Amino acid sequence: MVKGIAMITLNADHLKLIKEHGQKDYPHECCGFILGVLSQDGTKLTEEIYPIDNSREESAQHNRFLIDPKEFIKVENYARKNHLDVVGIYHSHPDHPAKPSQFDLDHAWPVYSYVIVSVQQGQAGDLLSWEMRPDRSGFEAENIKEI
Amino acid sequence: MSVPVYIPTALRQFTGGKSEINVEAKTAGEAIEQLTTQFSVLRKHLYNDQNALRSFVNVYVNDEDIRHQSGLQTLLVAGSTVTIVPSIAGGVVDE
Repeated sequence: MVKGIAMITLNADHLKLIKEHGQKDYPHECCGFILGVLSQDGTKLTEEIYPIDNSREESAQHNRFLIDPKEFIKVENYARKNHLDVVGIYHSHPDHPAKPSQFDLDHAWPVYSYVIVSVQQGQAGDLLSWEMRPDRSGFEAENIKEI
Repeated sequence: MSVPVYIPTALRQFTGGKSEINVEAKTAGEAIEQLTTQFSVLRKHLYNDQNALRSFVNVYVNDEDIRHQSGLQTLLVAGSTVTIVPSIAGGVVDE
């Protein structure tokens, strides 16, 4: 696989869904899956946004998100049935920039896109995508190609 | 006995793009060991520096978390499947 600067494609509907989810769950963090196809050059071609409920206990939902592994299995099975893969995860950062935290890095997986939307005072703002370096030393910004 | 280990998208670049790898194993622990023997670069994503499975790596045998079975000693029988399931977590506040 040829690996250059990572890229994910998102269309207007995908972007709208992620931003609206962030606004709806504010001041809590929202989260969900990005389903699509991983192309030969490593580009993630998004086909579907799959919102899910944040499993964190209520008291921690303002600054943490957790996806239940059983939910992950359910989504993977759904994706497989539709000839798709989980290619990324999105979540919101309420009243914080759309940049990954150390906590994000500690729990990150390679390859997946980590799309973060900043929600300031209930309004979705910057939306950025990140991919963890293979050596787990940090994240690199990933290009978002709007289609 | 040969059992399939299902690999999540995030780790398939380390298994030659394959989503399913067959290994010879009698327990869940042996299956993961066999997998990381075949694909050594997987180790750093599955195990921590203490050589224990990372807390956000879940191993399921037949759709049930091995933590609720016998852990890495969970026995595999004919027809068993092993699935690596990522825990997905994150958040805005650094610890």
